[in-house]
Amino acid sequence: MSIDWNHFTPLAALAGGALIGLAAAMFVLLNGRIAGISGVLGGLLRPSKCDIGWRAAFLLGLVGAPSLYLLFAVLPRPQIDAGYGTLVLAGLLVGLGTRYGSGCTSGHGVCGLSRLSPRSFVATISFMGAGFATVFVVRHLLGI
Amino acid sequence: MIALASLLSGLVFGLGLIVSGMANPAKVLGFMDLAGHWDPSLAFVMAGAIAVGSVAFLAARRRSMSLLGAAMRLPSSREIDRRLVVGSVVFGVGWGIAGLCPGPGLVALGMGEAKALVFVLAMLAGMGIFELIERRGRQS
Repeated sequence: MSIDWNHFTPLAALAGGALIGLAAAMFVLLNGRIAGISGVLGGLLRPSKCDIGWRAAFLLGLVGAPSLYLLFAVLPRPQIDAGYGTLVLAGLLVGLGTRYGSGCTSGHGVCGLSRLSPRSFVATISFMGAGFATVFVVRHLLGI
Repeated sequence: MIALASLLSGLVFGLGLIVSGMANPAKVLGFMDLAGHWDPSLAFVMAGAIAVGSVAFLAARRRSMSLLGAAMRLPSSREIDRRLVVGSVVFGVGWGIAGLCPGPGLVALGMGEAKALVFVLAMLAGMGIFELIERRGRQS
């Protein structure tokens, strides 16, 4: 292992992280709910509940954030190296996995660890571990 | 009011993902590549988020109602079962092959990235498959 100092951005990461924490704080203190993105999105696929409004509003905020950012600064373009086939597979796995595991990076990683939930601790270790292992296999064993 | 608070939370969350670099899959994969040229930045994202979040959840735990009068709905389950671990591992593999998790996928979609649209549609399909399997399981 070597540290990639050229891409290391600790201050932006801390500041952005604090904003994410603030969003989770607003969501729980104002709405009484966990800001878990996979849960908010997945819940929309259960039409029996009458909670479409706040779910859609939260997701609209996420999708609209780049437009708001654009008012103040130049938007950094995301670099998505994966091809379309890989993205379809990745999306299917992320959709299925987050719903089976009851959460993703936001619900388990940010909110769950913040409230010291043992379930979220196990989930975070599991998906981080699987993520590290997958990148190792893809980049260093398969050499893609 | 709840919808407005949700919209604002989503906006702040999305801004955080952009500022932190989480919305950039190449940076996320750089963090996951321990054996390569490692970029530790994303550990700082988690640290910043948890530092702020933990204060809020301490306050939330003492309340039965939110500030806007909604019921406080914090998960109470403590069971660590196979679903939790297997589901999280499946999610982690998907995250590791493209560098996108649900939030950054939606933010990248808002940046007008065609690839993010493909990812988000596939993710919705995955969630839909989950709902179908669950529904069938409940009927039998």
